[in-house]
Amino acid sequence: MSKIWNNYRYLILRRVTQIGILVLFFGANAWGWKILEGNLSSSILFGVIPMSDPYAVLQMVVAGAVIASDLLIGVGVVALFYFLIGGRAFCSWVCPINMVTDSANYLRRVLDIDRAQLERSPISRNSRYWILGLSLIVSAFMGIAAFEFISPISMLHRGIVFGMGFGWAAIGMIFLFDLFVLKNGWCGHICPLGGFYSLLGKFSFIRVHHLEENCTLCMKCKVVCPEKQVLHMIGKESLPVISGECTNCARCIEVCDDDALRFSIRDFIQNKKMGE
Amino acid sequence: MSNHSKAKQPVSDRRKFILNMAKGTGYAVIGGFLWSAYLDDAKASPLILRPPAAIAEKDFLKTCIKCGLCVEACPYDTLSLAKPGDHRPIGTPFFTPRQTPCYMCEDIPCVPVCPSGALDEASVTKNGKLDINSAQMGLAVIDENSCIAFWGIQCDACYRACPIMGQAITIEYDQNKRTGKHAYLKPVVHADACTGCGMCEHACVTEKASIFVLPREISMGKAGSHYIRGWDKKDEARLKDAHAIHTTTEVSKKKAVDKLNAGLEGLLDE
Repeated sequence: MSKIWNNYRYLILRRVTQIGILVLFFGANAWGWKILEGNLSSSILFGVIPMSDPYAVLQMVVAGAVIASDLLIGVGVVALFYFLIGGRAFCSWVCPINMVTDSANYLRRVLDIDRAQLERSPISRNSRYWILGLSLIVSAFMGIAAFEFISPISMLHRGIVFGMGFGWAAIGMIFLFDLFVLKNGWCGHICPLGGFYSLLGKFSFIRVHHLEENCTLCMKCKVVCPEKQVLHMIGKESLPVISGECTNCARCIEVCDDDALRFSIRDFIQNKKMGE
Repeated sequence: MSNHSKAKQPVSDRRKFILNMAKGTGYAVIGGFLWSAYLDDAKASPLILRPPAAIAEKDFLKTCIKCGLCVEACPYDTLSLAKPGDHRPIGTPFFTPRQTPCYMCEDIPCVPVCPSGALDEASVTKNGKLDINSAQMGLAVIDENSCIAFWGIQCDACYRACPIMGQAITIEYDQNKRTGKHAYLKPVVHADACTGCGMCEHACVTEKASIFVLPREISMGKAGSHYIRGWDKKDEARLKDAHAIHTTTEVSKKKAVDKLNAGLEGLLDE
């Protein structure tokens, strides 16, 4: 039992937060709970603390909307949290699409699709930054928040709270794409919201650290990591993961049997000495 | 020979970088066009009724963050967020009065909760108090062909359902010449009082509602400044904003008399 906990503790906690947030949103709409109202685009915690999606608001600004003070405060709350503490944690601890792509990923490993598809990825992991930039340009030209009109993330969380419609189609598309076409295709290559949080959370305090002296080069961490380019130091150097693309999902920490990976507070002085 | 040596040369990093940028730009242009075309189509949904106090549709689309707090605040489940497949701008709140009209709560719970300003509290505030009667969600229009009151059958369902009874809808009497002894009791909608709540549409007894709410931009015409009610001081004030447009053509450059005195040769040439 303790082995299961040890190997899945962060995964379990992540599912609890992901599902818990959706349950609270759902309860607010269905039964009038006053804990967390709205959805991931914008919400109110305990009827007091506003929280808003900084990327959505950025698109609205570019589209030429007048931004109300409630939204600005909400953006401040969310952006500050991820900027200082969470990094890209939204993607693995909050975003409901994470459960879709994680299950596609799990199936890939079970069906051994990874080994069959060894050719070089047809899409660059930097595509998300291009799409991020493009979304802002399109928002400016069309006068509406461009990604918010096609975002499968919003379709899913909005759908779960307010009714799904044909939103399932978009979710199914992502699942199949990640399962059969490209490993970590959506979250690791395309999603501009992930790209946005990668940039926003680049300097956050919570980081995964690698201890090279404990590493036995089993590479289990790289198998489970959805952004395995961030683990370039495995078995080579004791370094923190400094890339903003790390989602702090902590799967690498729990699959490591040798205590060679752990969470730690970012140590800037050490970074300078060892990383740069 | 030069071709041969070129093939052997490794591609420089600078060249690779520039080509990669060009490739990205190429994709971005294609994607941008497709994306924009989709958005242009997706946001063009003129027949949508918004919650009370919604700002102009064009601004509403860029300002609403699609959080659904207005939907949650509505005690009658009138509002819903557009789902994929609803053929409405996705994620934005709307209502369908024939199913559930707006019941015009006095405290307008859906409006103050809006964090984005897409629902503007000031537009439904009168003398420092919330006033749902000043909402302008739409305007009811009547199809006189299918409204049975216009056939001479007595029905005042819409008139009685109207929350601003006697102001937004009144009943006008007319003689029924067909029978010679009955009266028409015709409902008439008044644009200055109608809020577009849709309770009339909800109550209408015909198979498909003969009185229905449309967004005001759709159901209202505009006389423009060419036509003024000269007997109405308030209406005359509209002239202040009017401005004459002078167009000068080859013929109208000079005064008419001067032009005629100068002879008509030039005019007849064409």
